Amino acid sequence: MRVTLKIWRQKNRNAKGKFVTYPVDNVNPDMSMLECLDVLNEQLIERGEEPVAFEHDCREGICGSCGFMINGIAHGPLPATTVCQLTMRHFKDGEELVLEPWRARPFPVIKDLIVDRSAFDRIIAAGGYISVSTGSAPDANTIPVPKEAADRAMDAAACIGCGACVAACPNASAALFTGAKIVHLAMLPQGQPERDRRALRMVTQMNEEGFGGCTNIGECSGVCPKEIPLEVIAGMNRDYLRASWRKRDNSVTVLRPFTKWSTGSKLEIDPHASS
Amino acid sequence: MKLDARIPPGPIEKKWDEARFSMKLVNPANKRRHHLIVVGSGLAGASAAATLGELGYNVKCFCFQDSPRRAHSIAAQGGINAAKNYQNDGDSIYRLFYDTIKGGDFRSREANVYRLAQISVNIIDQCVAQGVPFAREYGGLLANRSFGGAQVSRTFYARGQTGQQLLLGAYQALERQVQAGTVQMFPRTEMLDLIVIKERARGIVTRNLVTGKIDTHIADAVILATGGYGNVYYLSTNAKGSNATAIWRAYKRGALFANPCFTQIHPTCIPVSGDYQSKLTLMSESLRNDGRIWVPKKKGDKRPPNEIPEEERDYYLERRYPSFGNLVPRDVASRNAKYVCDEGRGVGETGLGVYLDFSDAIKRLGRKTIEERYGNLFEMYQRITNEDPYQVPMRIYPAIHYTMGGLWVDYYLMSTIPGLFVLGEANFSDHGANRLGASALMQGLSDGYFIIPYTVGDYLANAKLDKVSESDPEIRNAVACVEQMIHKLLSINGKRTVDSFHRQLGKIVWDYCGMSRTAKGLESAIEQIRELREEYWQNVKVPGSADDLNQSLEKAGRVADFFELAELMCIDALHRNESCGGHFREEYQTPDGEALRDDENYAYVAAWQYRGFGNQPELFKEPLEFEYVHPSQRSYK
Repeated sequence: MRVTLKIWRQKNRNAKGKFVTYPVDNVNPDMSMLECLDVLNEQLIERGEEPVAFEHDCREGICGSCGFMINGIAHGPLPATTVCQLTMRHFKDGEELVLEPWRARPFPVIKDLIVDRSAFDRIIAAGGYISVSTGSAPDANTIPVPKEAADRAMDAAACIGCGACVAACPNASAALFTGAKIVHLAMLPQGQPERDRRALRMVTQMNEEGFGGCTNIGECSGVCPKEIPLEVIAGMNRDYLRASWRKRDNSVTVLRPFTKWSTGSKLEIDPHASS
Repeated sequence: MKLDARIPPGPIEKKWDEARFSMKLVNPANKRRHHLIVVGSGLAGASAAATLGELGYNVKCFCFQDSPRRAHSIAAQGGINAAKNYQNDGDSIYRLFYDTIKGGDFRSREANVYRLAQISVNIIDQCVAQGVPFAREYGGLLANRSFGGAQVSRTFYARGQTGQQLLLGAYQALERQVQAGTVQMFPRTEMLDLIVIKERARGIVTRNLVTGKIDTHIADAVILATGGYGNVYYLSTNAKGSNATAIWRAYKRGALFANPCFTQIHPTCIPVSGDYQSKLTLMSESLRNDGRIWVPKKKGDKRPPNEIPEEERDYYLERRYPSFGNLVPRDVASRNAKYVCDEGRGVGETGLGVYLDFSDAIKRLGRKTIEERYGNLFEMYQRITNEDPYQVPMRIYPAIHYTMGGLWVDYYLMSTIPGLFVLGEANFSDHGANRLGASALMQGLSDGYFIIPYTVGDYLANAKLDKVSESDPEIRNAVACVEQMIHKLLSINGKRTVDSFHRQLGKIVWDYCGMSRTAKGLESAIEQIRELREEYWQNVKVPGSADDLNQSLEKAGRVADFFELAELMCIDALHRNESCGGHFREEYQTPDGEALRDDENYAYVAAWQYRGFGNQPELFKEPLEFEYVHPSQRSYK
């Protein structure tokens, strides 16, 4: 089969980009979208032109390196599939495919189809972890975790950080990505001590990076190669809201022991409660 | 040079305790004055950088990807071993140690392997505390499975994404240190040379992959955790970017390279479908638990599998190995697939494939059970091949998957260059001639979380390190070497692309230094590799410039190193006149075709020293002594 690729070419972050059209003949329906680009690139190099830069590494859908828009859809038309696993048999012979990088202000284009997603690392660095220094862990079976909780944590933890959610969102929101990590850790008993702090810090960082707000459109989950459910955003919003409320409560911390001892009041808030 | 592994004295179960007590400590207040470099951010690199940061060292961590979370550890599927004995099925530290030594076909160091088994239990504790969502039973405790033919259930897993979850745990710990300011992260940065001053590793030369800027970074110790070299073969299950450049350039600066010919071929991968193929996809070998492997009895039988009657099928593993059948170890399964394909009985368009048939299992257990067990793998297979494995047998073929060889390290994970430490797949230490399933993740995290934090401290406390001047001639020399190589690659402007050379190189190494090897084949391979390398340096075409993001240039440098490494692999394979683990020399087999080890002459680690371009490397031997597990012939009949 043959396809026509209309690809966004941009030399670097500051250069102006444009679409360039390349016909590719002899496309094998079994090859992946990235292998099709490999074939094009070999031809470009032989002709003395610069190959198309695109990000990729594992080519089995788990590292999260690859991703671009194909005809306006992040990772292309097949659900739950990254472009490295998208085979050409899903396109029609002679079809024109428009390839362009993720479009979002917090993801500036570096070259051609490659964007800078370091904002995601900074969101994780802001609090997407459990603070446990090496060596200080108790025996792994000390704290049982209900299977359902572990499974739901795993559902959220499956995120590969590819950025398709941001690219698909009309607001360029990173709520699905951020929510996935917040919910992963909030589902586990080990994640409770820092739950409030984590939600506050990660959401603050997400906003500072310039991602837009979530307006519950759901495009993010629709294109997500790991099918992260939209409910992680609700989980994030709940944790953020509750943490904001509790943070306000910090101002009266000194009063709590007094209240408790003197009146036996149950005002003390259990930080482990899952509301 | 005498290779001293510095194995601590005393009984094996006390060695690590002894070593830890005898190691010097760095005063907490002094730790932040020590600068450390960690290259690589996979399980070994990320866990090392995070832990050293926690201890208060000043750490710089480098990776070529856009984020440390992309490292190829992320793709590991099956699980991680630990001698927890939670299943009460007879596991112990000693048993994990024993299985690993035996599985490695008696070509690994007992003391290292015992320590690995000891530390395995701490790894699981650490990962659970970090929030790694391991599979659990309904009671809330951790689930285990048996893996890779082990007789006990000691493998912990997180669906089919164990590597991903462990890596994200280490990555999050790393990002926590980035936030705390103890670790500075350099993504999209590739190490291109090692700086050795007064015989100690004191820094690295890097290239910023976006701007092309060449920089130097000075430190008190350099830790390489840059993974394996399976991409020598071009087609492998490794990520496209996985490369040997960091360890290779360290080798050229004086670090010895151990057992380069010990490579592991995984039997259950999806076969190659065309010339455009860029990588091979592995499917979990758990498939062999229920699938039956066969090929037609007749050569060149092109009938569809469903039309080949039962009596015309050869279930060759069940026939040759009646007691283990389809569950023989990876190397045996792979080699036998090659044999039947070499005989002309391979299946699929290319003839390089064998059937893995689930029809009996579906009949016996029902489609639903098979779906539950392997649903995601079947789906992945169908996605790639467009064939439905519930209806048509899968086609599988072996692919290169892991490299046991790597830079030589002593018990303290230090290479032959003082101050240069090597962790994870990049070193040679724990898997001998064959790695057991679910042991790679264990080794990476053991090295990074629990060994290097001790041993690097001991080195720093003992070494008297002078201040390095920015204008040191060694630094200028290393930078000049890097710049010269980049300039050379860009200026050849020949006719062939880097990939076309890499593909051809890979085919040579696969044909002659892959699943089975002969002296004649290896000699011819060395010739062919040299010729092709000559041509590479005359005729490669690398477009673009040095001061820009240039993926062709990145590849060109890595492939240049693969050429040299491929030759060393063949030299090593040629010198080792025995068969062991993943290294099968056709001249050395038992009458019924099994690997024949030669413990009298080859029970040693072969460590090679670079002697300058075009010269034969020099061999140094570290004898292996087996005090606890006595070498025996592996038999799966």
